[in-house]
Amino acid sequence: MSTKQYKTAGDEVWRNRTDKVSSELFTMTYGALVIQLIKDYQDYSEVNKQLDKMGYNIGTRLIEDFLARTNMPRCTDFRDTGEVISKVGFKMFLNTTPTVIHHNRSSMPADASGSNPTAASQNQQPQQEFSLILEENPLSEFVEMPPDAREGGLWWSNVLAGVIRGALEMVQLQTTAYFVSDVLRGDEQTELRVRLVKFMEEEAPPADD
Amino acid sequence: RRRLMEEVEEAGLVVEGSNGAARREDKEEERELEARLEQVGALVGANLAERLSRDRPPLATTLDVLKFVCKDFWTAIWEKQVDGLRTNHRGVYVLTDQAFKPLARIATSEGSAMTARVAKLHLPHSVGLLRGALGRLGVNATVVAESAIAQGAKGASETAST
Repeated sequence: MSTKQYKTAGDEVWRNRTDKVSSELFTMTYGALVIQLIKDYQDYSEVNKQLDKMGYNIGTRLIEDFLARTNMPRCTDFRDTGEVISKVGFKMFLNTTPTVIHHNRSSMPADASGSNPTAASQNQQPQQEFSLILEENPLSEFVEMPPDAREGGLWWSNVLAGVIRGALEMVQLQTTAYFVSDVLRGDEQTELRVRLVKFMEEEAPPADD
Repeated sequence: RRRLMEEVEEAGLVVEGSNGAARREDKEEERELEARLEQVGALVGANLAERLSRDRPPLATTLDVLKFVCKDFWTAIWEKQVDGLRTNHRGVYVLTDQAFKPLARIATSEGSAMTARVAKLHLPHSVGLLRGALGRLGVNATVVAESAIAQGAKGASETAST
């Protein structure tokens, strides 16, 4: 499927197969949740960790909803995965489409780009990663970060990193996801980076008897 | 024996016994969780109420505030109005919603007792929302939620007393 088709698919799911919730309620609840975490842990790096953990738990369940509602075919490579996350995933859950920037560190034959799992699991494989540039971020609407939180290194939307990591893990992609910049911190853009660690082996479920 | 315990639990009875201590700890944890969720809700409710009421004339009486909450506030959050508002004219108001969204899709595979427990955890946030909104609008209230989901009916009522 092409990028354009993903876009149409995402739009379609958002319009016809998504129950909506008030965005103000959503944004404010997330904000209040983060504030509660800050109060409870008094430590911004711990808050980042907790948000990531929550996100992970959300992601591992969200992927099921995603697959059930979209009928997406299998991604052919990690590049494809990035496009689907942005055009379909973000669209259907947050009604926003981040820009995807692919980073492929070394030049390699295009046809081998990750479509072969055995090649990808070898160490010599160039790093595969992409960045999601969030031009709009529903989570950070109405948010202003106090200097204290900025210095403490709070990644406001860190839950998203966890969601992506959790969701991808459920489809046999081990990844690391982390924010590298955030407009709330005074950066020029909000960038979430996702790096492929390896394709995980499909595990057979334990036998019934 | 375990089977029996499960059955007893399913019937909605509390099993006290060897795992009593663990249970109490669970209860404690649950209470803390509920307090947190309610606080989160209260913050949201207060801020949302303030935003919603910004461009309208001030709400003079408690009843006005309650009406505002039932109509505008509820609609902003759950896309529908409250189904019923009753009062005993002594400061107790009962709001009923027959299709309360947060509980609309609750289900577990572990029987109705478990479902009721899970459902209960979904209420503090809404309680907080309501308490926060009322508070910001000048009505300090105690809010209690009741739901009949355990009996299969999907509805919730929230009582606010001033």
